[in-house]
Amino acid sequence: MATTALVDPDTGLTQAQLAARHGLRVAGERPSLAEYSRRLWAYRHFIAAYANAKLVASYSNAKLGQLWQVLTPLTNAAVYYLIFGVVLAQNSIPNFIAYLTTGLFIFNFTQSAVLAGTQSISSNLGLIRALHFPRASLPLSTTMTQFQQLLASMVVLIGIVLVTGEPITLKWLLLVPALLLQAVFNAGVVLLVARLGAKSTDLKQVMPFIMRTWMYGSGVLYSVSLFERLPGWATTLVQYNPLLVYIELARYALLEQAPLLNESLTQLWLVAAGWALVAGIGGFIYFWRGEQEYGRG
Amino acid sequence: MAEHIVASTEATATLTSAQERIPTVVVDDAHIIYRVHQGAAGGTTPVAALRRLVKRTHAPNVREVHAVKGVSFTAYRGEAIGLIGSNGSGKSTILRAIAGLLPVNRGAIHTQGQPSLLGVNAALLNDLSGERNVVLGCLAMGMHPDEVAKQAAGIIDFSGINERGDFASLPMRTYSSGMAARLRFSIAAAKKHDVLLIDEALATGDKGFRKRSEQRVRELREGAGTVFLVSHQLSSVRDTCERTIWLESGVLRMDGPTDEVIREYEAYANSK
Repeated sequence: MATTALVDPDTGLTQAQLAARHGLRVAGERPSLAEYSRRLWAYRHFIAAYANAKLVASYSNAKLGQLWQVLTPLTNAAVYYLIFGVVLAQNSIPNFIAYLTTGLFIFNFTQSAVLAGTQSISSNLGLIRALHFPRASLPLSTTMTQFQQLLASMVVLIGIVLVTGEPITLKWLLLVPALLLQAVFNAGVVLLVARLGAKSTDLKQVMPFIMRTWMYGSGVLYSVSLFERLPGWATTLVQYNPLLVYIELARYALLEQAPLLNESLTQLWLVAAGWALVAGIGGFIYFWRGEQEYGRG
Repeated sequence: MAEHIVASTEATATLTSAQERIPTVVVDDAHIIYRVHQGAAGGTTPVAALRRLVKRTHAPNVREVHAVKGVSFTAYRGEAIGLIGSNGSGKSTILRAIAGLLPVNRGAIHTQGQPSLLGVNAALLNDLSGERNVVLGCLAMGMHPDEVAKQAAGIIDFSGINERGDFASLPMRTYSSGMAARLRFSIAAAKKHDVLLIDEALATGDKGFRKRSEQRVRELREGAGTVFLVSHQLSSVRDTCERTIWLESGVLRMDGPTDEVIREYEAYANSK
């Protein structure tokens, strides 16, 4: 220090050396996975507030307001019941209306989360370009908004199930872990499509068709026993379809005599947990790897 | 970090002119190239688009713009720096790069902490009330809910949106553009930032608000931060910044005390 006491210690350094000397970091650098998770956790209040705000905002222009949270699933169920229950008269399933609405509401949770998630980056560019926060907050709050919607439709569902004469049993409690596993699975898929949708805006146009195909492969509208007529490998494929698994779990919990494709309950739970784990962790890592790219270009 | 501070005070103690100078933003020969879409201009048929998808080439109507060409400077703690230059000279681009929102193609930008960009285009949720936007904005800046609850009323007072009736509880889509910009500035200014980047925000709002915001910028600087201000209004640069950087066509023309740089800039602008 003595030899340089008369000179500013920063003179003669290149810009990079100066930055290193004072511990400056490269702008827009991606944090490590652990650091990213920690920051995301610190933003949990934002995620919750944003999910809530989106829910309020989505009905702020409608006269009936929040009532649509219940009316939308009811109308949806009515339309599908008219076609598949009355016109096509699928009487082979006991309590078809409860069977149909269970499948419909569970599927709709994933469907609307994925559709909203595809745009969760591209529709929030203003926020992304203005403020710095872990971008995963946005797809996660999208999932949370849809989860709140799901809770409203579960109230409707339980009403329908009771009115159609199903007894209240202890099995109903199984609905809680089933929905939580599905929520984790959804969060993972939403993180995945959020990154894909941020890069290519064309995905938004394709997504509805992918979701509709998925719906027909999940036994929402008709009896799952139809899948047993498929060749063996296709039946196995459908058996491992995560959405079919989550729907079957809900039907098993709520309905007494619903036909199920998967015979073994243990296998059903294992597949449900496995999908949640794979999608949740995989989606999170995939989204994190693109962290610096969001909102650019 | 602590030993660096000690070292620099030791060295500057003998240099009476220089104060303890801690760099907060170091821009090292930064080049920024970005792509702009020119709109429909041929090659937009579905077949051509599909071919591009397969071959992974860019659309012909996308042109590359070399917006910043090798700019270097260092900003220190406690400084307010104005960025001036004619339209399209790369001022806003370099601000977004400092905020970490645009990548540099060559060179590097080093920053202390996380710079926050405050632009007039920073959209919040227009369907929500001003109050809810304040809460959301503060949480998005990483504040704790308790702190937000404490600050919310002060932010709304500062923005002055309640001067003509209770606007804070109305959705933001009912606000005038000036009111929305004032609220956004108030939210962003509620937190102490290491580096605050302001893009023309002070130009919006009436005279009373401009005075308040200039005062706020001074307070933020005293809170050991660095403030960058991009503006076409030379008066607001002159009032808030003592150092000014003049960019022209992506090249740094001049960097120095505000009065000198603005004098040169005005001479240049008038001669054109």
